[in-house]
Amino acid sequence: MAASCAAASELLHNVNKQIKLLFPKTSCVIRRISTTADRWDSPTQVKTKRSPQQLVGVVGLEIHAQIHSNTKLFSGSAVRFSSPPNSLVSFFDASLPGTLPVLNKRCVEAAVMTGLAFNCTINKKSLFDRKHYFYADLPAGYQITQQRRPIAVDGILTYSLLGGLKRNQVLKKTVRIKQVQLEQDSGKSLHDDLQSQTLIDLNRAGVGLMELVMEPDMSCGEEAAAAVRELQLILQALGTCQGNMSEGQLRVDANVSVHRPGEPLGVRTEVKNINSARYLARAIDYEIQRQIDVLQRGGTVQNETRAYDSKSGETIPMRDKEGLQDYRFMPEPNLPPLIVYEDNASLLPGADVCQAVVVHEIRERLPELPSVKRDRLVRTYGILPEHSFTLVNEEGLVEYFEAVLRETKKEPRKVIGWVTNELLGQLKQQDMSVSQSPISASALAELLELQETGRISSSVAKQVFQEMWTSSGKTAPQIIQEKDLGLVSDAEQLHNICQKVVDSNPDEVHAIRNGNKKVLNKLMGLVQKETKGRADPVLVRTILQEKTSS
Amino acid sequence: MLSLTIKEVSLALREGRISPTELCRKCLNLYILDYIPPFNATVVQKLLDQGAVLIGKTNMDEFAMGSGSTDGAFGPVRNPWSYAAPYREQKGVEPQSDWVISGGSSGGSAVAVASLTSYLALGSDTGGSTRNPGSLCGVVALKPTYGLLSRHGLIPLVNSMDVPGIMTRSVNDAAVVLGVLQGLDVKDSTTIPAPPSFTELPEDFDVRNICVGIPKEYHAPGLSDETVAQWSRVADMFERAGARVEQVSLPHTQHSIVCYHVLCCAEVASNMARFDGLEYGHRSEVDSSTEAMYASTRHEGFNDVVRGRILSGNYFLLKQNYEHYFLKAQRVRRLITDDFRRVFRSGVDVLLTPATLTDATCYSDFTQEDNRTRSTQEDVFTQPVNMAGLPAVSVPTSLSRRGLPIGLQLIGPALQDNKLLSVARWIEQRVGFPSISDFGESSEPTKREQTSAV
Repeated sequence: MAASCAAASELLHNVNKQIKLLFPKTSCVIRRISTTADRWDSPTQVKTKRSPQQLVGVVGLEIHAQIHSNTKLFSGSAVRFSSPPNSLVSFFDASLPGTLPVLNKRCVEAAVMTGLAFNCTINKKSLFDRKHYFYADLPAGYQITQQRRPIAVDGILTYSLLGGLKRNQVLKKTVRIKQVQLEQDSGKSLHDDLQSQTLIDLNRAGVGLMELVMEPDMSCGEEAAAAVRELQLILQALGTCQGNMSEGQLRVDANVSVHRPGEPLGVRTEVKNINSARYLARAIDYEIQRQIDVLQRGGTVQNETRAYDSKSGETIPMRDKEGLQDYRFMPEPNLPPLIVYEDNASLLPGADVCQAVVVHEIRERLPELPSVKRDRLVRTYGILPEHSFTLVNEEGLVEYFEAVLRETKKEPRKVIGWVTNELLGQLKQQDMSVSQSPISASALAELLELQETGRISSSVAKQVFQEMWTSSGKTAPQIIQEKDLGLVSDAEQLHNICQKVVDSNPDEVHAIRNGNKKVLNKLMGLVQKETKGRADPVLVRTILQEKTSS
Repeated sequence: MLSLTIKEVSLALREGRISPTELCRKCLNLYILDYIPPFNATVVQKLLDQGAVLIGKTNMDEFAMGSGSTDGAFGPVRNPWSYAAPYREQKGVEPQSDWVISGGSSGGSAVAVASLTSYLALGSDTGGSTRNPGSLCGVVALKPTYGLLSRHGLIPLVNSMDVPGIMTRSVNDAAVVLGVLQGLDVKDSTTIPAPPSFTELPEDFDVRNICVGIPKEYHAPGLSDETVAQWSRVADMFERAGARVEQVSLPHTQHSIVCYHVLCCAEVASNMARFDGLEYGHRSEVDSSTEAMYASTRHEGFNDVVRGRILSGNYFLLKQNYEHYFLKAQRVRRLITDDFRRVFRSGVDVLLTPATLTDATCYSDFTQEDNRTRSTQEDVFTQPVNMAGLPAVSVPTSLSRRGLPIGLQLIGPALQDNKLLSVARWIEQRVGFPSISDFGESSEPTKREQTSAV
């Protein structure tokens, strides 16, 4: 049911879009009415009883994604992380009087590409505005943004959650993207309480941001975190944003409120200062619970901004955001309206092609999006959906997996475990990336071939894997030979060992003959001990069964 | 390529609005008194590249707000015609105490050219700041079409109306300078490519082909009879020479002053937001908190004219007021622009109007009223042009009874700056405006000096 809800949302979204295209003058929108039934279908709901009077959370997100570009949005200074303070500041960034903004084409293309990836309508004409407020990290006293008409609107993000009792059921969900707009990033202020001063670094001032506004279609921290995770993957696949939350390339603010389903939305609070997807889930869930507690005690929720404190796990009110700010929006007079063209044919005669942003061209350049990739992997290789998630989530893992498959006859479904458990497990433990893996795809393929052809047992294979990891460069055959780990499948040898074990464990044999089949495992264990784990388990079992059945 | 060069031409720059480097610059305002801009304005660089010699920076009203050049941090500017014989030799006039203003806000620049100190001076024109002093000081003052000259380096007052202004002794000189300065600038996204036209003005412009419009709404209250007389005189000259002279109507003129003020204050409030004392300029000693520092820095750094406009502008931009003031003013602005467009489309080539209400006022009389009232009255002829982004030029026509210059304004359609200057030149050739050098110590005119560039 949950999966079809997501599909229904997408379908409705596309239908509405078609209507707008075919009948631009009419205003007809098919809306899906949210019922309590929908909410119940999501097993990821915060503990609810099946009672329609329960307060539930409503979550919307505001995401600021730093555009991956060489220079800033309106000036030529470079965009780089961790440079000496105030070393990447042009005259315009420092707000020297007389300097004017000059729009960066790459940033516009990035915004268009991002909009297309989320199925947004690209506004062929969009406008820039000034948003005024005084703050030390905002040199001009205003931020240039797109409040009236952003570059892209009305998109949809589809993401998946692992749900179900065993958390292996893939549930598809959607969240509407209200708009994507271009705006400037601010500088950074560092508070030095010791000397009661504030230090300002303007390196980041003027860097291009895409602000993505998500409608309040989510209901808890887990959904929000999953949505953000998917967003990160998409932006990384597009190359428009590197999506690193800890480096500030992706910043998420959550708008949280609670209400009873069917009733109007409650007062919302804005939660800021969330530095990772994990904290996002915790912050949101805390805030939902806090608001529920407030209301149940008879209080009211204030419309305020709160900061998430990762140490205590709580949200606390932010001091300097008291009262409503009036940003005194005004059109940016130094930037004419931004025009993007659908295709080369619609360019004005005499227009310079290299100065124009053409949507059609950008659409052609869209890479394979993560969801498409995952579906393709499942279809092509017959692996489980949750495995495809793991593969796509890790940079380079899909390529690694496919490289291994090319060199082994082993079935993908049998290879996937090695890649997602053994390999990924080791990488994660040592905080390494796939590209840093000491075991190459070919080396792993070689190892798996040896196991597949019966040269070594599964447990030995795992052992060899560990050896290969630490021995840097030694191949599987080398290790097997050195440590004499080859599988013993010599029937005669095995017969002798099994006989020995059978002979020395009469009680167990007796138990087996009396019907307790499980005791056979103990005998197997003893045989393996004898053979240092190198006995072919299938053969051993057969021999032992044979010997204990008479 | 130009047939005339500007080598060794002296150039005076409007102090503080246009930034040239390496000179101790002040914006005539205590705020950025010690700020030295690290880059040249595009228009300045273009002149320097042509060999112009920068001789100095001139006085002005603080942040270009004013129409008398009396409100700058360095004191008021005196009109050089106050010291010429025609004015001085009037009964009961004491030049030291009865000197007249130069007009504003680019007063200093106009004076530099009028006193023959400099071949060329750059000013800025947002509501008439170049044409007003040009007219009162008897020099040619050109406001080009918006977007023709780059505003990179020009400290913004009202971004959607500002242009660098050109002041010279003759119309021909103005045309030469325009040719050098116009053109697309990558650093200014509001610039447009210059029209492919000649930069040399014709010697003998044939006015029989043109239609001169006289807007009836420009008979403003307070217009001196002498200015009206000059207006009629030149209109008659056109008619006698075979041009068509017609009365036209720009019906929304009466709303332009209020509209201008709303938009001006709003943009000013926005543009002045950057002056916080953090990155450059004056910073207050108060440091109890960032807010306190901002507040006192801005209080100390701005005079009350500027502060008044900032407060008004912020008020107009409040969410609850935006629709009633800002958006409404934008709509009225559109109506004013459409007035001009309609008139020019109906066959009129140029409009002939006064540039100022009267000749230059005595400083002592001028300071009786507050800045805002004065601007309101003085800007009436000049600021609709800025709102519509059109080119306009003021040309001196004669001396008044008091011996002070009277000028008239020509307004043209967008991008027809050259044609406008051709018509202006035609007037200049026929009105016989005297040079200030004609009046030495006595009132006898001396030999006329050649003022055009060679």
